[in-house]
Amino acid sequence: MANVTQATVEHVAGLARLSLTADEKERFARQLQQILEYAESIQALDVEGVAPMSHAGLETPLRTEPAEPQPGLERATALGAAPDAADGLFRVPKVIGG
Amino acid sequence: MSAAWTQTAATLAARVRGREFSAEESIRAHLDRVAATDPRVRAFLRVREERALSEARAVDARVAAGESLPLAGVPVAIKDVLHLAGEPTTCGSRILERYVAPYTASAVARLQQAGAVVVGKTNMDEFAMGSSNENSAYFPTANPWDLARVPGGSSGGSAAAVAASQAPLSLGSDTGGSIRQPAALCGIVGLKPTYGRVSRYGLVAFASSLDQIGPFARTVEDAALCAQALFGRDERDSTSAAQPVPDFAASLGSGARGLRIGVPEAFIASGLDPAVETLFRAALDDLKREGAEIVPVELPHAPHAIATYYLVATAEASSNLARYDGVRYGLRVEAEDLKRQYGETRDRGFGAEVKRRIILGTFVLSSGYYDAYYKRAQQVRTLIRRDFERAFERCDAIATPTTPTPAFRFGEKTDDPLQMYLADVFTVPANLAGLPGISLPCGLAGGLPAGLQFVGRPFDEATLFRLGAAYQRATNHHEARPPLD
Repeated sequence: MANVTQATVEHVAGLARLSLTADEKERFARQLQQILEYAESIQALDVEGVAPMSHAGLETPLRTEPAEPQPGLERATALGAAPDAADGLFRVPKVIGG
Repeated sequence: MSAAWTQTAATLAARVRGREFSAEESIRAHLDRVAATDPRVRAFLRVREERALSEARAVDARVAAGESLPLAGVPVAIKDVLHLAGEPTTCGSRILERYVAPYTASAVARLQQAGAVVVGKTNMDEFAMGSSNENSAYFPTANPWDLARVPGGSSGGSAAAVAASQAPLSLGSDTGGSIRQPAALCGIVGLKPTYGRVSRYGLVAFASSLDQIGPFARTVEDAALCAQALFGRDERDSTSAAQPVPDFAASLGSGARGLRIGVPEAFIASGLDPAVETLFRAALDDLKREGAEIVPVELPHAPHAIATYYLVATAEASSNLARYDGVRYGLRVEAEDLKRQYGETRDRGFGAEVKRRIILGTFVLSSGYYDAYYKRAQQVRTLIRRDFERAFERCDAIATPTTPTPAFRFGEKTDDPLQMYLADVFTVPANLAGLPGISLPCGLAGGLPAGLQFVGRPFDEATLFRLGAAYQRATNHHEARPPLD
């Protein structure tokens, strides 16, 4: 049984790129612990040799028709929703170097 | 003739086709109904008055030109998780508050092609995560039967709109019960089709191996009419299935005789409200009288479905919601470096339930926990599907109550996420197994609607409609209307 501490939540929030307040960390740690305790019931089931099911698709998604190029979104449309775009590009804060 | 807003989609469309009244008159009557009732119900995030009327006039022109449109002049309400080109899609979230959709979802386009007119976009739990509509970043929608209670979720706005006769049809999405649960709580019909039945092009993703779009209606006939327009493969969605779509109207009158209905007694035994159970047993008796045979079945792994679901769905959600980074669309909160900008944007943009699920999903996928939680849940998912395969050797559909209780009060479960999750105990197994499920109103418990659910074999929605139509011919629970007038 995993033990969810505030440090666990902080670590996972970092992986998910979420900044959390101290209050959120405390509350989520408590609630996740509770949810995982509930989910503990599946640990007792015998799943030896059972294939994991990653998809509910009941037929193969492999398509047989030839792939024909179709028009997609125009670049201006795709950029139209961006918070900051210029010269046909998305702009972000500087990533490399100081 | 009685007011247009009291009529079914089937009747409205027939009258618009027969030129008894125009699509414009139909839409105007429903917009008036929205104006009269939505200040109390608050089903809509946005109502499209002028655009809906101008689109209705275009439908009238198509009718005049001789087109035979199955949904001619029928108003539909669309959950705000589906795109309509040039208009906002918020998903009930602050992070998409100013987002404008660049294209129209295939499901919406199909209804428009059939002559339907979108009257507005409906409220929902943020990113379809919730069972009460209380997770909407904007406001909670009320249950038309009791304005102090929740309409269910996550498609609560779409369910409330149909229950309040603001539109005879609406669209929702169902990942763990988000169509069937609010349908039950609002006393209407809600269908989650088989996984792959409806194109998801233009549906904002929550958990991609579970999400499915489906209709709300007040009658099974209307739900089938909507499904007929909605179903079928779409080259824009690689997960949409190439299965043939039968003529649903043709089998609606076939009756329940000869059908075997499986009841998983052990699964439904715990946590069921006695008044809901009484209505469920009465419904089984009605179906027996209509000629259906009731047989016992077992779903031994179904009690693990909620645990399995919250491990699988949150893992998928944590991955799908990674796209809200403040770079390509949506909210951006400026910060000095990119990593901090991601964090601040997502902290400000997402509500508590969405954060909780992203954290749980990231946790179960993280190093050291993946095998024990995510992979094991996927294996249990296989066991749950096998249970259904075995049960369907003995029956044609499985009946359960849709929810263990009628609608609860605002605030009743908001502090306890686990209790909220358990509202979906009877609906989640069908999503995990990819099966179709329908909820039908089966009477009132203390003045509040309860739902009867049928789950069917893959791509066998026809049997669900057939059983549902037989049930609605034998009973009049679907004719009860909330006390709004």
